[in-house]
Amino acid sequence: MSNTDFALAVEDLTVSFDGFKAIDNLTLYIDKNELRVIIGPNGAGKTTLLDLICGKTKASGGSIKFKNEELTQLDEHIRVRRGIGRKFQTPSIYENLSVFQNLEVSYPTGRSVFGALGFKCTDEVKARVQVVAEEIGLDDTLDKEAGLLSHGQKQWLEIGMLLMQDPELLMLDEPIAGMSARERELTAELLKRICKNRSVIVIEHDMEFVKQIAHKVTVMHQGKILAEGSMASVQADPKVIDVYLGH
Amino acid sequence: MNKFTTWIGSKGLGSVLTLAVLLLVAFPLVFDIFRLNLVGKYLSYGFVALGLVMLWGYGGVLSLGQGVFFGLGGYAMAMFLKLEASDPITTKIQSTPGIPDFMDWNQLTALPLWWQPFEHLPFALFAVVAVPTILAFIIGYAMFKRRVGGVYFAIITQAVALILTVLIIGQQGYTGGVNGMTDLKTVLGWDTRTDSAKYILYYLCTFLLLGSIALCLWVQKSKLGTLLLAMRDKEDRVRFSGYDVAMFKVFVFCLAAALSGIGGALFTLQVGFMSPSFVGIVPSIEMVIYAAVGGRMSLVGAVYGTLLVNFGKTYFSESLPDLWLFLMAALFIGVTMAFPDGLAGVWETKVKPWWKRKQAERLAIRKAVAADAASDAPVTQTGNPSRKSPLTGSVSGQSA
Repeated sequence: MSNTDFALAVEDLTVSFDGFKAIDNLTLYIDKNELRVIIGPNGAGKTTLLDLICGKTKASGGSIKFKNEELTQLDEHIRVRRGIGRKFQTPSIYENLSVFQNLEVSYPTGRSVFGALGFKCTDEVKARVQVVAEEIGLDDTLDKEAGLLSHGQKQWLEIGMLLMQDPELLMLDEPIAGMSARERELTAELLKRICKNRSVIVIEHDMEFVKQIAHKVTVMHQGKILAEGSMASVQADPKVIDVYLGH
Repeated sequence: MNKFTTWIGSKGLGSVLTLAVLLLVAFPLVFDIFRLNLVGKYLSYGFVALGLVMLWGYGGVLSLGQGVFFGLGGYAMAMFLKLEASDPITTKIQSTPGIPDFMDWNQLTALPLWWQPFEHLPFALFAVVAVPTILAFIIGYAMFKRRVGGVYFAIITQAVALILTVLIIGQQGYTGGVNGMTDLKTVLGWDTRTDSAKYILYYLCTFLLLGSIALCLWVQKSKLGTLLLAMRDKEDRVRFSGYDVAMFKVFVFCLAAALSGIGGALFTLQVGFMSPSFVGIVPSIEMVIYAAVGGRMSLVGAVYGTLLVNFGKTYFSESLPDLWLFLMAALFIGVTMAFPDGLAGVWETKVKPWWKRKQAERLAIRKAVAADAASDAPVTQTGNPSRKSPLTGSVSGQSA
């Protein structure tokens, strides 16, 4: 494939589980500094797509290029080091560690075995933790055990852990699932702030929320892309209406 | 002194210090040399238990084959000692003098090539740590890179323990077979069977054990320790934070193996022989019991667990030879059912809070007495106000 200016270029991507094509010949381009929202009915392959990009699932065919570098053969942790961050659907934080430790452990130095042995929590690390904690609104709960946070705070903490690594591509799987109305608002503001200087892919069901944040929307259905464009144009697309309302 | 105690407290070293005093001062004063030598033998198992705290407690990886590494360390030491014990003069009645007796019995006529480096003590000491570590690296790398874990990993380590036992027993001419390597006497001419040598070896063992605890504490306090805890909780999150999870598991497996190897070597030195009965599945599981009884999250607890289980084993096997295995099993089942965090867990959740409550009660009584004295003061002590001030002063000092 030719080189492009896109941050992420997914081309002809296919993955099949026992013959069932969860992702079927999918092509998707994400611009730099773009916030893309992926929507679609259950089983459309949205989460599988993120799994393929971050390496949790191996592709059966096609290519995934991040800043023109082919990813499909790289290990998960190498992809992270290249600048791809992934938030899981259920908040995935270290319950037994403090909020501070959760963020500190995510700081992107000392990632090898001996690097981790020699790692020191310098002022630089502490300052970075402070900045990120303020960004996600957890700066007054740094010493709290993460397991004691509310559901919404856990979601923010995981986003914060990704921000510690300053990724160039951030993928969020249903970041507002289970949040209250107020928390949703705060999250929308947070996403608008953090999408500067990086590309963000968000999977979301809540249409109001999508309207607030999306630059562009991609609709997936049965492992394929059904429509792509602004929220308004997608909502007016007869194919999309058919998938969501038909049958 | 005050500064020292606060430093110890802030680093959480109080329990280590208590253990050090117990091992270095109390035991040598209380026990005769026969019992002390037994304690030294138990402490050499303690190294394995420390390794299991790191591997199982912190890393969340259960190995049921730590006897393999204990045995390899022990055999590396025993090979050196056996060669020294087999000089041509003492073995002149053999058909080939100068080689270990079991080789001669098995019609070997020359020292095998791979035995020859073990004539040198530095190499043997290097091998005590290196051989277990390298084997652990190979097994760990092959397993963890393929994401083998949990029960499957435990079964594979059991298989390794079985294979090594069969190999040692089968290759009698090279390993001494089922009898192992016996009649080990001297290290560079120094007789290890005398009482003074046993004292020295006991202290060597204790200092190395305390050093190993310090090393493990340092690993626990480092970012690597935090990562191990994080991995046990959410392995995927660690992986997708840019860490090669497999290599961290390989590291902690190697650390546990190296510690076990050192323990094995100290066992050989103190007991004077090494045999396959310390390598196989049963001793490997026994070693897991030590860590479980002591508390798999506590380094110091694991040492106490090792001592307790072994004291129990010795006591039961001396007084109730038919029943001791059942009693051991009952102890293990009882402890894991009632106290899943072992002795250390009981200490942290039961004894410490109870002690704190007692302290608080005592303080409250003292305060009440002081308050009484203070309220009485204007009436009874107008003439002598200095009488109450030392008391209230000491109470406020206590509460601060």
